[in-house]
Amino acid sequence: MEPFKLEFAIDGEDFHSAGEASSETKKALKKLGIPADTIRRVSICMYEGEMNMVLHANGGAVTVEVGEDAIAIALADSGPGIPDIGAALSEGFSTATNEIRELGFGAGMGLPNMKKYCDEMDIQTELGVGTTVTMKINL
Amino acid sequence: MLSGTDSAAEREVTGGYSGDLLSWVMGRARAGDAWVTIMSNVSVAAVALLTDVACVVLAEGVKPDEALLSRAVKEDLPLLCSGLSAFELCARISKALE
Repeated sequence: MEPFKLEFAIDGEDFHSAGEASSETKKALKKLGIPADTIRRVSICMYEGEMNMVLHANGGAVTVEVGEDAIAIALADSGPGIPDIGAALSEGFSTATNEIRELGFGAGMGLPNMKKYCDEMDIQTELGVGTTVTMKINL
Repeated sequence: MLSGTDSAAEREVTGGYSGDLLSWVMGRARAGDAWVTIMSNVSVAAVALLTDVACVVLAEGVKPDEALLSRAVKEDLPLLCSGLSAFELCARISKALE
């Protein structure tokens, strides 16, 4: 398969558009003939990452690259950073406000879901500078 | 039924899922499910499209907000609402699936 790349700018102010990058990616992967279960895993990983950026980091940039052996997703933001990655990766841990919880988020499952549904995950974060999460889903 | 063309509405429901925590639903609802929820914001459409559920049923008389309704119309997502409780809806869906 030819290498294929998608790039999105996520607007942190626009909650109504949140999830659109994930939807676009899903449609593109479907056209490429990627297996349904792989698309499902990519969708979960990317949607959780996209919502994290909107809810916690005022947006950022997402790239999705389809290679021969894997799909790589990179989410980069200039948000507050993650003070304790270990805690953030524990199911149920959340720093979400009540406002975010009322929207159905803040269950403390975002990063745990991402880790669960990808094959490799790396988090680079610096307080006050931003966070970059990269994930790989094998084909 | 608030949105979804006839062809989208004719899709077979093969299972059901009930939940309001969107990350939970995202990881667990399956394609073809009828998803019963009391959440009414635009993220419901995003989760429904990504999980590929057959329809969304808003329970307890909940009405979708404007952004959810317009996204559901745009994406041809069958969105239904009912005055029944989530429990009662699940019981009826489950019975219909037998």
